[in-house]
Amino acid sequence: MQGPLGLYNYWIVIVLMMTGFYIVIARPNLIKKIVGLFVFQTSVFIFFITMAKVEDGTAPIIQEGVNLYSNPLPHVLILTAIVVSLATTALGLALVVRIRESYGTINEDDIHVQDEAS
Amino acid sequence: MLTENLVALQVVVPLIFAPVCLLLGKSRHAWACALTVSWLALGIATLLVTRVATIGTQSYAIGAWAAPIGIEYRVDMAGALIIFIIAAIGAMVMSYARRSIEHEIAAENSGYFYACYLLCLTGLLGIAATGDAFNMFVFLEISSLSSYVLISLGTTRRALTAAFQYLVMGTIGATFILIGVGMLYMMTGTLNMMDLAQRLPGVDDTRTIRVAFAFVTIGVSIKLALFPLHLWLPNAYTFAPSVVSAFVAATATKVGIYVLLRFFFTVFGIHFSFVAMHVGEILMVLAVVAMLVASLVAIFQDNIKRMLAYSSVAQIGYMILGISLATSAGVTAGMIHLFNHALIKCALFLCMGNIFLRLGSVELHDLRGLAQQMPWTMAVFVIGGLSLIGVPLTSGFISKWYLVSAVLDAGLWPLAVLILLASLFALIYIGRVVEAAYFSKPDPTAKKVREAPASMLIPAWLLIGANLYIGVDASLLAGIARQGADILIGAGVP
Amino acid sequence: MEHLINIVLLGLLMLAGFAIVRTKSLLAVAMLTSIYSLLSASLFVVLDAVDVALTEAAIGAGISTILMLAAIALTSDEEKAPRHTPLLPLFVVIATGAALIYGTLDMPRFGDPAAPAHRHVAPTYLQDTPTAIGIPNVVTSVLASYRSYDTLGEVTVIFTAGTGVLALLGFRPRRRNTEDTGRKKLVILRVVAKLFFPLILLFALYVLFHGDYGPGGGFQAGVIFATGFILYALAFGLSNSQQLIPHQLLYVMAAAGVLIYGLVGIASMLLGGKFLEYQVLANDPVTGQHVGILLIETGVAITVAAVVLIIYYGFVSRRPAPGDI
Repeated sequence: MQGPLGLYNYWIVIVLMMTGFYIVIARPNLIKKIVGLFVFQTSVFIFFITMAKVEDGTAPIIQEGVNLYSNPLPHVLILTAIVVSLATTALGLALVVRIRESYGTINEDDIHVQDEAS
Repeated sequence: MLTENLVALQVVVPLIFAPVCLLLGKSRHAWACALTVSWLALGIATLLVTRVATIGTQSYAIGAWAAPIGIEYRVDMAGALIIFIIAAIGAMVMSYARRSIEHEIAAENSGYFYACYLLCLTGLLGIAATGDAFNMFVFLEISSLSSYVLISLGTTRRALTAAFQYLVMGTIGATFILIGVGMLYMMTGTLNMMDLAQRLPGVDDTRTIRVAFAFVTIGVSIKLALFPLHLWLPNAYTFAPSVVSAFVAATATKVGIYVLLRFFFTVFGIHFSFVAMHVGEILMVLAVVAMLVASLVAIFQDNIKRMLAYSSVAQIGYMILGISLATSAGVTAGMIHLFNHALIKCALFLCMGNIFLRLGSVELHDLRGLAQQMPWTMAVFVIGGLSLIGVPLTSGFISKWYLVSAVLDAGLWPLAVLILLASLFALIYIGRVVEAAYFSKPDPTAKKVREAPASMLIPAWLLIGANLYIGVDASLLAGIARQGADILIGAGVP
Repeated sequence: MEHLINIVLLGLLMLAGFAIVRTKSLLAVAMLTSIYSLLSASLFVVLDAVDVALTEAAIGAGISTILMLAAIALTSDEEKAPRHTPLLPLFVVIATGAALIYGTLDMPRFGDPAAPAHRHVAPTYLQDTPTAIGIPNVVTSVLASYRSYDTLGEVTVIFTAGTGVLALLGFRPRRRNTEDTGRKKLVILRVVAKLFFPLILLFALYVLFHGDYGPGGGFQAGVIFATGFILYALAFGLSNSQQLIPHQLLYVMAAAGVLIYGLVGIASMLLGGKFLEYQVLANDPVTGQHVGILLIETGVAITVAAVVLIIYYGFVSRRPAPGDI
């Protein structure tokens, strides 16, 4: 697809990224923030995988009779990034659980009030 | 085997011993392991600096896959200086750590603590050694994730929220960097920094590269706590365990500055960053605001760790100011201050660890008359504080001297006045602590405390010793920093 | 046809994204997040990234969702409305999005085979893999050999997460027979679980060793392996599943995987090569590559399986805090 329309994929991906980013910075609920980070990061993965696609190419597993493959490098990078995302989610949620145990709430505004009071 | 693999060993040794530390569990062996590895890393770093100084930039193809196919480790003088200061701080902090950790962290968590410390060290060293943009992201995440854990182990519940806030902001920063690196790859087809530098001039007049530059810059600025993206820092430094405050304050933001230098000068090139993108002007304004505002805020803090944290935000302003000049003298001054500030802040936070061990508090009003009871600890604070202000015969003076001359060289004398004004603010906030500890009557109901144990005093005094040595003879440090700056700016031999 | 599927999936992703913003019930949010992740996995298949799709489905839709559900069970389900109007966040997001869209304007068109990304380094991987590494899956060859060091970093990241969760949530093995007896009634689940448990473990091994030829590898295998135990824990209770793998063993496994990986690197140094230079591990360079890749993939699988289980047990063995606010 030629012309600016050939970029529609990227534009939708940017909307997805910004949805996640918005959840992170606008929502006071800590679990929601972690969900936002997850959505933000997953959307960035889609961005990378989109750039790796080659029109009419196939998955980068070498086969007889095929000579057009999609780019394997972004796939590798994103495999690593998915793991980083899991690590962040796990640690973030563990922190949320501990915060709930010591503050009794997972709402950022309420936590702020308690911190100001002490 | 040792010499040619030195660069790889610098990072791999702490990496391999982190799981060992986990297995050693809560016994003292975990500390002994972390201590040994830290000193080993310092030894390797010393060899590495000498090697880079004698035979030049070290390039190492991991897996023997030559760049840009494989991942390259590339250490020039600037990188070697950063590696050395990280390793040195690590060795000092670990020598100090045992008593403080026993006091502040539950015994069943100490194994995890030392494992996370080694992981953090691995991540920081990896960032400084790598010549690959994506590999940098991976090691940045290793250091960040482990520092979230380290900070969350602080003694109050606010450590948890501080760690959470840092996790959220840090992850946003890392994701911004990832987006930027993705765009760079998209336009050039490579991830290797030297290769990027070669291929970017052909495409740098595109909107994509401009946006990539902005995203990398903002992402890294969050990590290095550039004003006004510093909001995670004060809480993180205040509520982290003392040892963690000392280690993270002296290393993590410094590595962030190094990453910024790498991207501005090596990857994008001085012309694109400073002429086409005008990043110098933007950074200069933010740096000056950071210097003045954060110093001013520091004056009004009653928790001394928080005061030192705001002071860090201000000091990052000094370093960025030097870099924003984009001259050899400016970058040299930035790197000298980076090195000196690591020494100063580490000593000051270790001092806070001593006070917290004995007093259980680092609030200003609890410190009244403390100098009589903890003279050695408070002497560290005074010398460190003088250095922060920039009094002659301390390393802080050297930093200010180089910075002011760089600013004057660039014909920006009003900035020199502002630097002196910020130093005046530093005089006030340090002065408040000194006034309380030396010249106030202790509260009669306050408990009597003893001086901190020698194991905690000696590392702090070693840092102060290095600080004073640089204050008297800075030629070695200045030479190395100048060499590093010249490579970055492109005036020297790569 | 591909374009159509592409657009439909992207549209569904947008819907899921907006639904996540609007939904107040966190349980529903967790399910929507899982759907979001599954949709992206489907999109990855359409975009030829089969390895990534497998991983995203296992990690994003699987493990991450389980962790979110566990965290919600330990905290609370309802989201309170924010106290401030989200004008500033909205402004930041719109500005960032606008900058990104500005940045797309000079990007190569979607699918363009002449894009710079496909012309420089990537062709080398595609051309050299069959001869230099001797395996057909180029993603595996880049992951485990050309950029093996990133993967070592990745294992270290997951190891860090495991250590961190241990430090934050601890690890309390449960004694036998303290489980609720309600599970005994779940006959169908238990029969199915008993049937599937060995199959899942077998499948994990298949994914591990087949990674050279098709999608899969150490990471996916580790996650699938852990999933088997999680299914067992769901059907037969936590204490029973913990008796299958004692927790000390999990520590050892988590550390061992990283150590295997690192020691392969050290071994290649000792044999006169560079760090992680597999060629020196055998007489023939291609055999060396095979040996190296197999060893490090096994290391990855061991650490990942252990850490995922450590994290899972960390969350579910934590008792809910008393009192609900």
